[in-house]
Amino acid sequence: MKARVVVTLKSGVLDPQGKAIEGALKSLGVEGVANVRQGKVFDVELAGADASAAKAQLQAACEKLLANTVIENYQIDL
Amino acid sequence: MKAAVVVFPGSNREGDMARALKQATGREPAMLWHADHELPAGTDLVVLPGGFSYGDYLRCGAIAGRAAIMDAVRAHAARGGLVLGVCNGFQILCESGLLPGVLMRNANLRFVCRMQHLKVERSDTAFTRQYAKGQTIEVCIAHGEGNYEADDATIDRLEGEHLVAFRYCDSAGTVGGEANPNGSRNDIAGIYSDGRNVLGLMPHPENLIDALVGGTDGRGLFESLASAA
Repeated sequence: MKARVVVTLKSGVLDPQGKAIEGALKSLGVEGVANVRQGKVFDVELAGADASAAKAQLQAACEKLLANTVIENYQIDL
Repeated sequence: MKAAVVVFPGSNREGDMARALKQATGREPAMLWHADHELPAGTDLVVLPGGFSYGDYLRCGAIAGRAAIMDAVRAHAARGGLVLGVCNGFQILCESGLLPGVLMRNANLRFVCRMQHLKVERSDTAFTRQYAKGQTIEVCIAHGEGNYEADDATIDRLEGEHLVAFRYCDSAGTVGGEANPNGSRNDIAGIYSDGRNVLGLMPHPENLIDALVGGTDGRGLFESLASAA
């Protein structure tokens, strides 16, 4: 089973990298960019086929390692 | 004082740290590997040195913070044992849950490597007895992710309980403004745990222990530790 985990900064947390990317897009002439926030994507392959077990495993993975929940949110897509 | 320095894949300041500890305590620290499960019997102080553990993959200190040795370091801290984390070591302490908050990318996105003045916030801890409260010391910094952030409640608690150890200041001792190299909240350069037995700081006191290489203001921290146990 394949899953995708997306980790993003919580709103209100300053994202200097996102701001730099936003500035670069503007300087390249890409129109209409109001705001950019940078995050991370993890594509995970799981051995089992049970969706609810996979969800629990990925939740543990996020809480233990993939996200720093002080500043980041995570979303699991199976 | 029996000290141990933990070496992770990608640590690079362990030699400097060992030299500073030897100078202050008169004995070589034990060098531990990240995959070890125990501290040597009678260890008083565990040090997490600077560097780029695991290549800063995922987040700085994230993988090292979950290494096998860290369970032993957490148990040592819970017993009241002394733990010092410098630079990447501070990042590891935050990622491992031993200190609150997180070290984010410097606000100006630049790696900053320069001499830096710090204000010593309190001189009644095992780490700072050889300094005076409010004293300005000059050490060095070398980091890309030293921008200390935490939620408002955590910052209020750190301030209210006087757990800020050092703040960035200029040579006259004026805190903040241009002297803040990375955008840290409240100009925080280092913090203590609740019990004040764990200290994490971004600057490198271990590199300022010899007049030949720029100054000796870092010695106070190691001499304080040497007299603490």
